[in-house]
Amino acid sequence: MIIQQLSVFLENKSGRLTEVLEVLGRENIRITALSVADTTEFGILRIIVSDPEKAKRLLKEQMFTVNITEVISVMAPDEAKYYAKVLRILSDIEISVEYTYAFSIGKKSVIVLRCSNNEKAIEALKAHEMELLKASDLYSI
Amino acid sequence: MEIWNRHFECMEHDELRRVQSDRLRETVERVYFNVPYYRHKMQEAGIGPEHIQSIEDIVKLPFTTKNDLRDTYPFGMFAVPMSEIVRLHASSGTTGKSTVVGYTRNDISTWSEVMARTLTSAGADRNDFIQIAYGYGLFTGGLGLHYGGEKIGASVIPVSGGNTNRQLQLMHDFGTTVLACTPSYALHLAEAIEESDIDINELRLKTGVFGAEPWTENMRREIEQKLKIKAIDIYGLSEVIGPGVAFECMEQNGLHISEDHFYPEIIDPETLQVLPEGSFGELVFTTITKEGLPLIRYRTRDLTRLSYKKCNCGRTLVRMDKCLGRSDDMLIIRGVNLFPSQIESVLLEMSEIKPHYLIIVDRVNNLDTLELQVEVDEEFFQDKISQLQSLRGQLQENLESAIGLGIKVTLVEPKTIERSEGKAQRVFDKRKF
Repeated sequence: MIIQQLSVFLENKSGRLTEVLEVLGRENIRITALSVADTTEFGILRIIVSDPEKAKRLLKEQMFTVNITEVISVMAPDEAKYYAKVLRILSDIEISVEYTYAFSIGKKSVIVLRCSNNEKAIEALKAHEMELLKASDLYSI
Repeated sequence: MEIWNRHFECMEHDELRRVQSDRLRETVERVYFNVPYYRHKMQEAGIGPEHIQSIEDIVKLPFTTKNDLRDTYPFGMFAVPMSEIVRLHASSGTTGKSTVVGYTRNDISTWSEVMARTLTSAGADRNDFIQIAYGYGLFTGGLGLHYGGEKIGASVIPVSGGNTNRQLQLMHDFGTTVLACTPSYALHLAEAIEESDIDINELRLKTGVFGAEPWTENMRREIEQKLKIKAIDIYGLSEVIGPGVAFECMEQNGLHISEDHFYPEIIDPETLQVLPEGSFGELVFTTITKEGLPLIRYRTRDLTRLSYKKCNCGRTLVRMDKCLGRSDDMLIIRGVNLFPSQIESVLLEMSEIKPHYLIIVDRVNNLDTLELQVEVDEEFFQDKISQLQSLRGQLQENLESAIGLGIKVTLVEPKTIERSEGKAQRVFDKRKF
């Protein structure tokens, strides 16, 4: 249930994101989800791709700083109350969410979370019958 | 722990000053009458031997530099007739013409004495097997260690540098207990042992005395871990005598200078003023017992600071910090002296790997600005913005307290800072004067 996400350090300069995507694009890497967190100086690009190890290698070859981070993903109806429910389940057992982002397909939304304890988060969400996605589920979306 | 020469190494401050004063007076007299080059320099400065009564008067004397030695190449600054010289050594001359040093029989004996102190301080005695993997020859490393090793009565193995397989074989078969070489060669040997059939636990190594090049605390830890020894830092330069000028004790907290032979000062390389205790600046030596090539206020270009606090080992000899760079690299920012090595040492303290960085100095509205760009590499990189920001903040705080200047820290991508072959360009000064 743990999903490998790529985190890439980016300076806040125009063209940097484009370069990352071009490097991955040349090798036909597919991107399932993408989010950017930024400050005035730098940003962190977070992407879920079809082949994280290969993508990491490609980016490293181009001198990008890349780490693989572990996240989890939940599929739920695209209504706010379901997103809220996910977060509530976690906060009730004092798991903090480092960050989260989401996208929707049809009437469903896919929520990505990085939690202070991913394993415990998975247990809790399962106990509440939330639909957790595997890496392969995400890549095949 | 044993001390080789308790009389001098643990001498009370006032008594040591008296010894130094006597020896300085004699030295100045000798160079004034025996070395025309020194006499002219002193006359130009309006100074004669009569002006030097105590060690405090040393500040009246003019400085000596490597250029003076080059200008008088090869023997122009020797203070004795060549018939008194029993040994010659010379530097490699990588930064110009080589510099030549000559030793009288007494100088060789002084050198053996300070090396005996050095090895004893590193825990060695007559029962040890000292493998000397410093180069023998014109370079002072090999023979300097050699004479010290013999003086303490140890079994000296004069293998010289290179031939790693032979080094390992001797180390194993002879039961070497003390290794003497450059720190980088020690690491090389450690790696060679890992790749060989030799089990590190079969070796009897306990101590290493390493010097002749700058090395970091991280390197020390790595050497100590891999070779399972205590790594002792030693300092010296051939102009002053060779290895043996200063040495660490088991406290590994600064290098004791044999100041009854080599009197140290710390100066501001720009103003040439002597700085108070604890200030960071250029190390200057006056040899107060040497006969062949006495040096008056010789500028080493090495950057360090001195501490006169008593050491736990019992020695009263002043301690110098590990050298952190060369005075030629000094920058003046808003009137404050800054050495890139100060910044580097903060970075090294904060991470286990050596980060790539670039110091950028500029002038905006007549004010100097200082920026440090640090590459975010994998070790350093965290997926969370808050962690990166607090790391950046911590770095800035540590730097500002270490250098006493405001500095802007910017995190950059790895390829931003140019890689260069050999010596990296770490400073970019955009100011136009």
